[in-house]
Amino acid sequence: MNLRLFCRRAQWDRDRSEEIEDYVRIETDDNIARGMPFDEARAAAVRKLGNRTLIREEIYGMNTAIFFDSLAREVRHALRALRQNPGFTAVALMTLALGIGANTAVFSVVNSVLLNPLRYPRPDELVALRQVAPDAAGLASFNDGLPLSASMYVTYSENNRSFQTMGVWVQTTANVTGLAEPEQVRVIVVSDGVLQALRVPPAAGRWLSPADQVPGSPQRVMLSYGYWQRRFGGARSAIGRTLVANSQLREIVGVMPKGFRMVNAEFDLLAPFQFDRGRLILAGFGLSGIARLKPGVTITQANADIANLLPIWMDSWTNGPGTGNGRHYANWRITPAIRPLKQDVVGGVSDGLWVVMSTIGLVMLIACANVANLLLVRAETRQQELALRSALGASRARVVGSLLVESVLLGLIGGVLGVGLATAGLRLLIAIGPANLPRLSEVSIDPRTLVFALALSLLSGLVFGLIPALKYAGPRISSILRSAGRTASVSRERHRIRNLLVVAQVAMALVLLISAGLMIRTFQALRAVDPGFTDPAHLETMRLAIPPNLVTEPERVLRIQNEIADKLAAIPGVTAAGFGSEMPMEGYGSNWDSINAEGHEYPPGVFPPLRFFKHVSPGFLHAAGTRMIAGRELTWGEVYGRLPVVMLSENLARELWGSAAAAVGRHIRGGSNDPWREVVGVVQDVSETRIDEKAPEIVYWPSLMDGLGGPGGGGVVRTMTFVVRSERAGTEGFLSQVRQAVWSVNGNLPVASLRTMQAIYDESLARTSFTLVMLAIAGVMALLLGIVGIYGVISYAVSQRRREIGIRVALGAKQNVLQLMFVRHALALAMIGVAIGLGAAAGLMRLMKSLLYEISPLDPMTYAAVPLVLVVAAVLASYLPARRAASVDPAKTLRAE
Amino acid sequence: MPQRESPMQSEMLQGTLDMLILQTLVLGPAHGHTIAHAIERGSEEVLQIEHGSLYPALHRLENRGWIAAFWGTSENNRKAKYYRLTPAGRKQLLAQTTRWEQVVRAIGRILKPATE
Repeated sequence: MNLRLFCRRAQWDRDRSEEIEDYVRIETDDNIARGMPFDEARAAAVRKLGNRTLIREEIYGMNTAIFFDSLAREVRHALRALRQNPGFTAVALMTLALGIGANTAVFSVVNSVLLNPLRYPRPDELVALRQVAPDAAGLASFNDGLPLSASMYVTYSENNRSFQTMGVWVQTTANVTGLAEPEQVRVIVVSDGVLQALRVPPAAGRWLSPADQVPGSPQRVMLSYGYWQRRFGGARSAIGRTLVANSQLREIVGVMPKGFRMVNAEFDLLAPFQFDRGRLILAGFGLSGIARLKPGVTITQANADIANLLPIWMDSWTNGPGTGNGRHYANWRITPAIRPLKQDVVGGVSDGLWVVMSTIGLVMLIACANVANLLLVRAETRQQELALRSALGASRARVVGSLLVESVLLGLIGGVLGVGLATAGLRLLIAIGPANLPRLSEVSIDPRTLVFALALSLLSGLVFGLIPALKYAGPRISSILRSAGRTASVSRERHRIRNLLVVAQVAMALVLLISAGLMIRTFQALRAVDPGFTDPAHLETMRLAIPPNLVTEPERVLRIQNEIADKLAAIPGVTAAGFGSEMPMEGYGSNWDSINAEGHEYPPGVFPPLRFFKHVSPGFLHAAGTRMIAGRELTWGEVYGRLPVVMLSENLARELWGSAAAAVGRHIRGGSNDPWREVVGVVQDVSETRIDEKAPEIVYWPSLMDGLGGPGGGGVVRTMTFVVRSERAGTEGFLSQVRQAVWSVNGNLPVASLRTMQAIYDESLARTSFTLVMLAIAGVMALLLGIVGIYGVISYAVSQRRREIGIRVALGAKQNVLQLMFVRHALALAMIGVAIGLGAAAGLMRLMKSLLYEISPLDPMTYAAVPLVLVVAAVLASYLPARRAASVDPAKTLRAE
Repeated sequence: MPQRESPMQSEMLQGTLDMLILQTLVLGPAHGHTIAHAIERGSEEVLQIEHGSLYPALHRLENRGWIAAFWGTSENNRKAKYYRLTPAGRKQLLAQTTRWEQVVRAIGRILKPATE
C-alpha cells in the first residue's frame, strides 16, 4: 500500500468524481448535438458511463487498505462505547494507569541503574580488579574483599597478559585554599592506566600523563566538570592555572566531561599517584583496581593470570628492611576475584531493585485481573449486542477483534496516563531512593522506558481483553437471543472464570503483603539494634583536616583540635563535644590492623586477626553516647603526655580475657617492638561498618602517639570527625555558630560534611527503608485492588441472583442467612487464594533472604498476620453487597422480571 | 456485488485496456472522454467499453507513473483533466505491444496451423 495515496485518498476521491462529472457533461453535450433532448441526452451519457459509485469504490479501494479503514472504524466505535459507560471506563483506566505508571517508574530506575549503569565506551570489557583473602582474619569484615596495594599494582600492571590497560585509584579529600573560602573537596587519586582503561576523553585540556606520575615531577591536577563550572565558571583559561590543594601548588591540566564518574564516585579533583618504586612495600592494601580486558580474554583467564603473578609479587617486595619476603602472605590465601565493573557499580542494590520490580509486576497482574473482571461483566451485559452482530453475519474473528480493539484502546489510554503518573512518581522515587543507588538523580523516562510502557500497555490490553473476547464471541447465538438475556448469564461456567481471577488476585496480594511484612519486621529488627550511639538526631558531626603544610608540629595539631572542641562545647545549649577518627557508618577508609595482647602474643610469620583501629579524644565517647562498660575514658593529660593507655571494645575484651571487667588493667601493643599499653576502659560494641553487620572488634587509641602516620607523620591524626551534642543540632543558626567556633580558632580550616548523625544513620538504613516503602506501596495497592476485585464479584453475583433471592425471601429465608451465603462465597475464594499464596510465598521469599535481617523468610508472625488481614478484608468487601442482597424486596424483584 | 457486463471488464482484458489507453495517448494528450471515444472508434466499435471503467484504469496507470495528469482546457473551453504519456509509459507500451503480438501470433498458429 502506498502511504501517500492512503493519506490523500479523500482528495483523490473528490478529484475523480469531478473528472467523471466532466465526462457526463461532455457526453451530454455531444448527445444534444446529435439532436437528443437534454433529459434523454444526460440519461444516455450516464448509461454510457456505467455505475458511478462502483467506479469511485474501485478507485478508493486502490488507494487504501481495507484493514486500516476498518480498524479506524473499530476504534471510533470503541471510543464511543467507552464514553457511553464512564463509570466503567474511569475505574478501568485508573487501575491501568496505576499499574502501568508504577511499572514504568520502577522500570526507568532498573533501566538506568541495572541495565545500563556504565557510561564508558565498550563497557563490557571493563572489570574491577578485586581479590579475596579468606584466611586474613578480621578482613572478613571488609565487604569488598582485599583491596590492592601499590606494589601489587606495579607487579600486576607490568606482568599481566590479560589487560589492555590497568590502574588503581583511591578516594580522599583535600583542603583547597586561595580560591574562595577554604573548602574541603573530594579528590580521586589515580595511577597511570585508569583514564586509559575508562577511555573517556577530557572535555578540555589533556589527561594526566605518565610523566605526571613520576615522583618529583611538577604537581598536576584535573578538574571535574562540576568543579570547573563552580570555581572557574567553565573558563578555558582555567587550563594552565594553579590551585592550592593541601597547601600544595598544583597546575590544572584538564577537565573531565560532564557526568563522568570514577566507577560510581563523584569527585572534584583528579590527581596522579606518584609511586616511588624504591620505597614501595608489600602492604598498604587500600587501592581499588580497574582494568580493560583484551578482546577475547575471559574473566576466568584473567583470574588465572593474576593468580600466577601473586608469587612474583611476594618475592619482589618486602615490608621493610629485615622483614623478609612476602611468602607469609600465602597464609592469607589471596585469590583474585575479578568481576565485571558493572556488577561493581550496581553492587548490593540489584537484589532490592529486582525484588521491587517483580513485586510491581505482580501488582500489574492484579490490576489486569481486575480490569478483565470488569470487562467480563461488561461483555455479559452486551451479550445481546454481540449475538446480534454474529447473527447479522459478523465472523467470530470480527467480534473478537472489535472486543480486543476496545481493550487494547483501554490499555493504551491507561498507558498514556500511566506514563504521566510515572513521571510524577519518579520524582518521589528519587526523593526517597537510597543514596547508594548509582546515578539515581539522573534517572528519567528515556525512549527505552517509553517502549517498555507501550509494550506493557499493549500486552496488558491483549491479556485482559482476550479472556472476555474468547468467552463471548462464541457461537451460541441462538440460545442467547432466545433467552433474552435472563438465564444466559447465570451459568456456573461463567462465574468460574471470575472466581478464578479473584483467587489469583488474593494469592498475589498475599505474596506482596508477606514480602512487605517481612521488610517491616526487618526494619524493626534493625531499629532495635543498639548501634553504639544515642539520640543521633541531636548529634552534629563534621570533618576537619589540619594538613602538615598548615600546622607542622603534632602537639600543636592536637592543641588546635582540643581548642576547637572546647569552643564547640562552649556554644550555648551544647552538652558535650569531642572528636574521633570517624563516626560509625561514615565509611571513610577504615583502618584495620593487628595487635598483640598480654597472654595472646603471636609468633613471627603468623598473622594475628585484624582489629578495627580508631583514634579518639577524651570526651568523644561521652558526646557520642557510647557507654563505658568498665573502666574510664582517656584523659587529656594522658593524651598530651603520650602515656601508654588504650581502650577496647567489649567484644574484643571478652575474646581476649573473658569479660569486660577482667580486661581493665591488662596490656596490649601493636607491633612486637611497640611499648605495652594499659587498657583503662572497655567500651560497648559499636556497629561501625553497617547496622546489619556484626560489630567489629575495636581498639581505641589516643590521637597523639608515637609511630602514628608513618615515618615523619609526627604521631597525630590530622583528619577528625568532630561530634557536638545539642538540642539545636541541624538548625541553621546552630550550624553557623559551629562554623564560627571553628574559624575563631583557625580561619583557614574548611568545615566539611556538616550533618547530623541521624542523616548518617538513615543513609545506612536507606536500602532497607527504600525497599520497605516500595514493597509497602505495592502491598497496599495489591490489597486495595484485591478488595475491589472481591467486592465486584460478590456484588455482581448478588445482582445476577436477585430473582433467586426474591424467591427465597418470599419463602421465608432469614436476612442473615442470605448475607452469610454471600460472605461465605467470598470467604471461600479468599481462603483458596490465601492457601495458594502461602505456598507461593514460602517458595519465593527465599529470594529475598539477602534483604532480611535476623528474620526468617518464613517468619511465623508475618505468615499469621497477613492472611488474617486478607480474610478480614475479604469479609468486609463482601459484606456490603451481601447486605444489599438481604434487603431485596421480593414483591418488587419478581414483578420486575 | 453485481457483475458488470461490458466485454472489457473481464480479467483477461484488463491489461489490454491499459495498453489501449497508452496507445491512444501516443498521438498526444487527451482527457477521459476523448480517450473512451477514441478507443471505441479506433476498434470500429468492436470494442464496446463501459466508459466508466476507464477511470479506475487511468488512476492505476497514473499511480504507476506511466501517464501523468495535468489540468487543461477542453474544446468547448472547459477546465478538464488531461493525460499524457510519460517516458516510462512509452517503454511500457512497447513492452506490452511486443508481448501482445507474440501472444496473438502464438494463438494464430494454433487456430490456423494449416495455412502457415
